[in-house]
Amino acid sequence: MSQTPDVIVLGAGIVGAACARSCAQAGLSVLVLDRGPIGGGTTAAGMGHLVVMDDSEAQFALTSRSCQLWQELRAELPEDVEYDNCGTLWVAADDEEMAEVDRKARFYQERGVAVEILDAAGVASSEPELRPGLAGGLRVPADAVIYPPCAAAYLLADARRKGGRVEMDCNAGVAAIEGPGSVRLTSGRQIQGGIVVVAAGALTPLLVPGLPIKKRKGHLVITDRYPGFAHHQIVELGYLKSAHATQADSVAFNIQPRKTGQMLIGSSRQYNAEGTEVEPHLLGRMLKRAESYMPRIGQLSALRVWTGHRAATPDKLPIIGPVPGNDRTWIASGHEGLGITTSLATAEILVDRLMGRNPAIPAAPYDPARFEHAAKEPTHA
Amino acid sequence: MPEPEVINVTVNGQRLSVPAGTVAASAVARAGLVGFRAPVRGGPARGPLCGMGICFECRIMINGQPQVRSCQVICREGMELRTDDLANA
Amino acid sequence: MISPMPECDLLVVGAGPAGVAAATVAAERGRAVLLLDDTPWLGGQIWRGEQQKPTNAQAQTWLNRLARSGVRIIGEARMVGLEGPGRYVIETPDHHWTIQPKALVLATGARELFLPFPGWTLPGILGAGGLQTLVKTGWPIEGQRVVVAGSGPLLLAVAAGLKKAGANVVGLFEQASPASLARFGTQLIAHPDKIGQAFGLRRQLAGVPYKLGWWPVRAEGVNQVERLVLTSGRQTLTVDCDAVACGFGLVPSLELPTLLGCLLDGEAVAVDAGQQTSVQGIFAAGELTGIGGNDKALVEGQVASLTAIGEHAAVFPLHRSRNGWRNFARALGKTFKPRPELLKLAEPQTIVCRCEDVTYSQLSGYTSWRDAKLQTRCGMGPCQGRICGAATRQLFGWGMESVRPPVLAARVASLIPSDERI
Repeated sequence: MSQTPDVIVLGAGIVGAACARSCAQAGLSVLVLDRGPIGGGTTAAGMGHLVVMDDSEAQFALTSRSCQLWQELRAELPEDVEYDNCGTLWVAADDEEMAEVDRKARFYQERGVAVEILDAAGVASSEPELRPGLAGGLRVPADAVIYPPCAAAYLLADARRKGGRVEMDCNAGVAAIEGPGSVRLTSGRQIQGGIVVVAAGALTPLLVPGLPIKKRKGHLVITDRYPGFAHHQIVELGYLKSAHATQADSVAFNIQPRKTGQMLIGSSRQYNAEGTEVEPHLLGRMLKRAESYMPRIGQLSALRVWTGHRAATPDKLPIIGPVPGNDRTWIASGHEGLGITTSLATAEILVDRLMGRNPAIPAAPYDPARFEHAAKEPTHA
Repeated sequence: MPEPEVINVTVNGQRLSVPAGTVAASAVARAGLVGFRAPVRGGPARGPLCGMGICFECRIMINGQPQVRSCQVICREGMELRTDDLANA
Repeated sequence: MISPMPECDLLVVGAGPAGVAAATVAAERGRAVLLLDDTPWLGGQIWRGEQQKPTNAQAQTWLNRLARSGVRIIGEARMVGLEGPGRYVIETPDHHWTIQPKALVLATGARELFLPFPGWTLPGILGAGGLQTLVKTGWPIEGQRVVVAGSGPLLLAVAAGLKKAGANVVGLFEQASPASLARFGTQLIAHPDKIGQAFGLRRQLAGVPYKLGWWPVRAEGVNQVERLVLTSGRQTLTVDCDAVACGFGLVPSLELPTLLGCLLDGEAVAVDAGQQTSVQGIFAAGELTGIGGNDKALVEGQVASLTAIGEHAAVFPLHRSRNGWRNFARALGKTFKPRPELLKLAEPQTIVCRCEDVTYSQLSGYTSWRDAKLQTRCGMGPCQGRICGAATRQLFGWGMESVRPPVLAARVASLIPSDERI
């Protein structure tokens, strides 16, 4: 880039790509830096589930706004993004989980999200490969899936096609942010920009020390093509009783039908697991869990197993906005398992704030400053 | 017990006798079929390439199990072979 | 399932010449040896069919020794990955189990190099070794017009084998130039038996047109191959045919050693004088350490095995022979190296990745195998890039990526460790 870019985005994952696109749409010139190919980090490792979530009001606001933005983009997404409006099916194994179906249904309905409660027969007929005897489920028909690496590439290409000034260097490892708007590459080169947006996922704390982002490792398995084996993204509600919500290593049943007919099987969650290696026992637990829901899953041919690191925050909400006391370094990270879903709304909030506009949804719950307050509070054992 | 010299299988429902030791891929070819599987983005059907279980081009349905490499499976009596995505097309 | 052999002195993966030799010499010295192969057969690709119809004295000698040695043999069994340090997961058609051997010899051999050219995806176009292998297990070839094309000493053997099986071999086309083959011929003086083999094959091929310095440029046909167009660079030739046996030499199957952490030396597994890889207790032999054929494989298999079980005195006499075959392997690689024209055969619409149907034009513009994989799905299908990965290394110069488990597509159930199953 001949001139100094208005914005340097660190990370060419889906969040970085969305931020670059929104910046360019706002008329800013953008330089995207990454040490590897577009969407080659956590973006490539994730499932690509576009899902409206209900853990908190703020999580709902961000996921539903972002799903809306994805739906607006849908018509122009190229084939390789594999947008598939398969919907989500939350399955309940017993009465206790069925009560959660009712709670979830009310939550969504009160906020205008269409849902459908299925009884035991309804679940069995909509997903015949599920084991008999499940209590029921909740169908969220508007949810969808995409193929994230191509979605990230599309967002960057789209920004350029519409005249945006976006340049990219995917062979640029970033060593540090050195002073306002300035980054130093591992090659030693110094690049000066207006502001720096850190969208480096789980690697963000390396560039902005002190941010409460922790790596949360996950495993996924992809199978050969078995069209019709599953029709929805199916997620168990058993995590209420399992350890998925806590600090311990945990697994939950989650299967996604790809548009190709392949099945993507998850999920596992681990803290304090820095390595990228596949961990056979945790993988085994994850697949055994999946097999308990879909008994014939064990016979499918698995092509690949991989791991990735989600960027997890203490309150399960991403960090979007300027670093407190440093308005030249902005953060767009900490999306844990929802980065693909919330990338578009994240970029929207970031750029609206950057441009001094009023964001479509309140931005405060995602502001980096929220941890400042938390840190000042006394901690209790 | 001596091995039988001829094995009876079905290919897309049609009965076929093959010499003992014949692999499923060869049985499909002996049934006169050239296409084994439909390519994922259309075009003419594919047939075996590597003959040694590496390329996965010879995948067919064997005894109800989809996506089996037919070059690596020896025909057994009564085995049901289907060039499935083609047979159902 | 309970492991049929939870522990052993030596585990050998791959029952071709290297694996057979490795397993045999260890068992002959009283060790508990387990030999696995992905196929239901012994002998690998090169000795396929020798169990049923003996034709090769060397194969018979070794297969008889193996049968007498007390090696436990399990067919249709493949190593899919690790369950923990030194604990390997083995998958068979109905089960999976783990084994913890004292030492491991990898002898997973090689596969053919396929270079994409227009029409190469038509049914009836098979690998040279691929067609030979299938013909030995019932593939109907009698009376069919077959063109054999590509590169390497395998082509002669394949053509002879097909002719013997009743095929009408309408032409044999080797891409290497006559000059390059003449140079190779003079080097063969160190291996007179190889000259004898080559002359024997040529005699069997009397009457078959045999051209050097010719290569395929295009295949045509509607639902299957009907014609192959070839060139010498100056002239072209169209040959009507029912089948094409086409391969451009062999490449080692490096996925398993790579997954197990063995370092590579170029396109082969790096080994020391005792065939040990960079990983303590894991040995490699045969085509994995460099394409060199069955004689190299036999001696390397013995060296690997004897070193692995600590019989160092028995290894020493084998070193000279092994080094000789390594020189032969180098000459082989040089002689039959694909000519640059072969890397320009693909047209924009030619499919490169056959699993995911990714074309040549879709791949241009990417800078790495990983980038291309992520964006185009090239190499993401069931063969896990085994065919297109080798091709794109040649076409685009992309390096190999790290290997992800399972080594070969495996049942989901095989990824569940046995103690998670209780």
